[in-house]
Amino acid sequence: MTVDLSQFIPSFLEESFEGLELMESGLLNLQEGDSELIHSIFRAAHSIKGGAGTFGFENVTDFTHLVETLLDEMRDGRREITSEDTEILLESVDCIRLLIEAARDGEEYDNEKIEQTSKRLTATLDGKDNSKEACVNTEEVIKSPNDVEYLIHFVPELSLAKTGNDPIFLFTALAELGVLTIEADSSSLPALNDIDPLELYLSWQLKLISSASIDDIKEIFEWVEDECELDIIIIDKDNSAPSSTVQDAEQSSNEQVKEVKETQEVEVSSLTDTPNPSEVTKESTAAIKPKAKSDVGSIRVGVDKVDSLINLVGELVITQSMLSELGSDFDMSKVDRLTNGLEQLLQNTKELQESVMRIRMLPISFAFNRFPRLVHDLANKTGKDMELVIKGEQTELDKTVMEQIGDPLVHLIRNAVDHGIESSEVRLANGKPKQGVISLDAYHQGGNIVIEISDDGGGIDRENVFSKAVEKGLVDANATLTDSQVYDLLFEPGFSTAAEVTDISGRGVGMDVVKRNIQALGGRIQVDSTPGEGSTFKVNLPLTLAILDGQLVKVGTETYIIPLISIVESLQIEKEFLNRVSGDMDLYRLRDDNVPILPIYQLFNINTQCTDLDNALLVVVESDGQKVGLMVDDLLAQQQVVIKSLKDNYQQVLGISGATILGDGSVAMILDIPGMIQMALEKAQRIQLKKYPNHTDKVGEYI
Amino acid sequence: MNIQAMANEIPAEGEHSIEGIDFITSGDQYLTFTLSHERYAVDILCVEEIRSWERPTIIPNSPTYIQGVINMRGVIVPIIDLRLKFSIGEASYTETTVVIVLTYQDDDASRTMGFVVDAVSDVLNVEAEEIKPAPQFGGCVPPQYIEGLINAEANVVTLLNVANLQLLEKDDNHA
Repeated sequence: MTVDLSQFIPSFLEESFEGLELMESGLLNLQEGDSELIHSIFRAAHSIKGGAGTFGFENVTDFTHLVETLLDEMRDGRREITSEDTEILLESVDCIRLLIEAARDGEEYDNEKIEQTSKRLTATLDGKDNSKEACVNTEEVIKSPNDVEYLIHFVPELSLAKTGNDPIFLFTALAELGVLTIEADSSSLPALNDIDPLELYLSWQLKLISSASIDDIKEIFEWVEDECELDIIIIDKDNSAPSSTVQDAEQSSNEQVKEVKETQEVEVSSLTDTPNPSEVTKESTAAIKPKAKSDVGSIRVGVDKVDSLINLVGELVITQSMLSELGSDFDMSKVDRLTNGLEQLLQNTKELQESVMRIRMLPISFAFNRFPRLVHDLANKTGKDMELVIKGEQTELDKTVMEQIGDPLVHLIRNAVDHGIESSEVRLANGKPKQGVISLDAYHQGGNIVIEISDDGGGIDRENVFSKAVEKGLVDANATLTDSQVYDLLFEPGFSTAAEVTDISGRGVGMDVVKRNIQALGGRIQVDSTPGEGSTFKVNLPLTLAILDGQLVKVGTETYIIPLISIVESLQIEKEFLNRVSGDMDLYRLRDDNVPILPIYQLFNINTQCTDLDNALLVVVESDGQKVGLMVDDLLAQQQVVIKSLKDNYQQVLGISGATILGDGSVAMILDIPGMIQMALEKAQRIQLKKYPNHTDKVGEYI
Repeated sequence: MNIQAMANEIPAEGEHSIEGIDFITSGDQYLTFTLSHERYAVDILCVEEIRSWERPTIIPNSPTYIQGVINMRGVIVPIIDLRLKFSIGEASYTETTVVIVLTYQDDDASRTMGFVVDAVSDVLNVEAEEIKPAPQFGGCVPPQYIEGLINAEANVVTLLNVANLQLLEKDDNHA
């Protein structure tokens, strides 16, 4: 029976990563006496090890074994749970992740780190052995370098093979531990007529000469131990054990291999050449390499979501049959029923769409899970005392958005740790609790998800930021800026207020990238800060990247879509609120704000009849706290549109975030509001440069 | 009509007949079309389909030869007017104006673009050695788009390089 195991590798990897996450969060919350938690960590480690062994990732198996041994001691209460041990275990989790990733990508890994950690693990394990009680368990005896001979009596149940276990794999694994002699007992084999080919009638006597511990051997049988009779007897060499095999054991290894061949009745393929595990690993990793490259990813979807989808499809089918029946003999008397039917169809489609989108939604805890560890590590590194409070981790978010928001969030949290939270002394001096609090909160607001990262640290020093910005030439020293404009400077490339560069943050790369990433996702970031009380970074993201609520507008012959999220209001221009200032700029007085008017036809060079500002329609949009009024010819419907990329077959277009296909099959462009504002700025600068070629100051920084 | 499907049905070598038409295929096949009075050809394996002209959606601030984008069964496909791009003849849009949709498969990605031409002519069977290098004597078509020249009876057909045709507009936009 040969099964192509490689097809299960992706699910093994997925499960392993989940297991690692579980181990990590478990370790961070680990306290003395919490046996349930240790059990779950141990189980996670154990299944990673088991799986890795099955797929031939031996480096993973070996390493995880050490971790497991340590966890086992903790589980049995033989070892106290100290913070040092937890630290080593956390590091080991990293190493296992590294190993599994290397196995997945078929790449090299940082051998040094693995070795160091595994040395530390071994040292921790040994340290325990040397000190404390002289609990002479078998393990200790066996840890002596001398080979020990084991006699293993293995009687599997008839149904063993049906559970997917194959003794050959067990024997192969045993053979890797040392020199193995196998004798099959076929006495219980029935007559040929009575044989059920799915059952296993054989039993085995195995002799193993190995330096491995009895636990190692039991480990191999772990998956089958409930389905067999297993006796492992240690025949110590020093004992005057009666059997003649002892002498055999002392013969040269060549002869032993020969003996294996002679006595074995079950041909264990590749038994003699397995002691080269590195080759096996290389082969198996090479096999999965192409898969990792074209990573399609997979989602685990709750059954309830699928069920609701099936329900909706059922309803859709009913509506469809109702409509087609109506259509088969239609006359005007049935027009009411037709309208009802169409309405129902609309409802069904909408619900179906929402339901399909929900499949892509995952709770944000997937992204938040790694942060407790991050804060824990950073706290150790900086010597600051802090805790992370996570709220709203069940808030759901599109998978794509989730994948891309992880890194910006990491950066914001590092930032909060490094710049936000003060050291314990400073905090105590300022009358704050010694322990700083970083809180991470996610919630839905309209069609958006809001993620808040706040700290109760010192807040942003407005003056410091401003003077740094002047120093870097980002703003004029005489400029008067509002608080939010000052905070926005933090996102300028190359900006950093950290007095010294640490390896956590302060190099001034990052915040601009954070902002750019968030904008690329169609979101925005806001900063709020109170000196002495802390700062809050608020990230606003669309729930999904695939569908957008849009307002359709007409300019000339073209239809454009303005994302509803950026629209503040739409209005008809009244002449008395129009002002022409600074030469050529049209402003519209919207209550207290002066909103610059951007006619889309000018920006995009489109022919239109509607060029008169008077009575024109204005859609006021906001981006980065900057309001502008987009002048359009006409306002059409509001609808949800599916976003299609222009980049696939063309390239990114300035001012356009994508395209969509309207109900009539035509293509409409989706406007990119920040991009359009940028365009208008550049255009204004070009004009000013043309008019005043010698005036090279930064003009039009704020429209 | 889907040329790709038709082309796939025709074996590369030998004598065949499909629907009563006898023909001989050998060598590679090229689809020829006209721009003004000149004849051009592209590798037929790149041709996705031939569509009639329809008014595309304008891409703001794009070069004039990029007419816009159309919806081809849910895929957004940019439309390039080859006559404007190569400055050959008049860019008029009549009933015979057609769009040849070309897909070029790169190592890691494929791009689909539509090219407006005056008319599609026929399919040429050409052996590789029959493709001659083009003389470097100017002309409106930049040399990187020209793969070679093919003699078809009395006419000379310019064979275009599909890969370069699809790459170009990035550079042009910045120019």
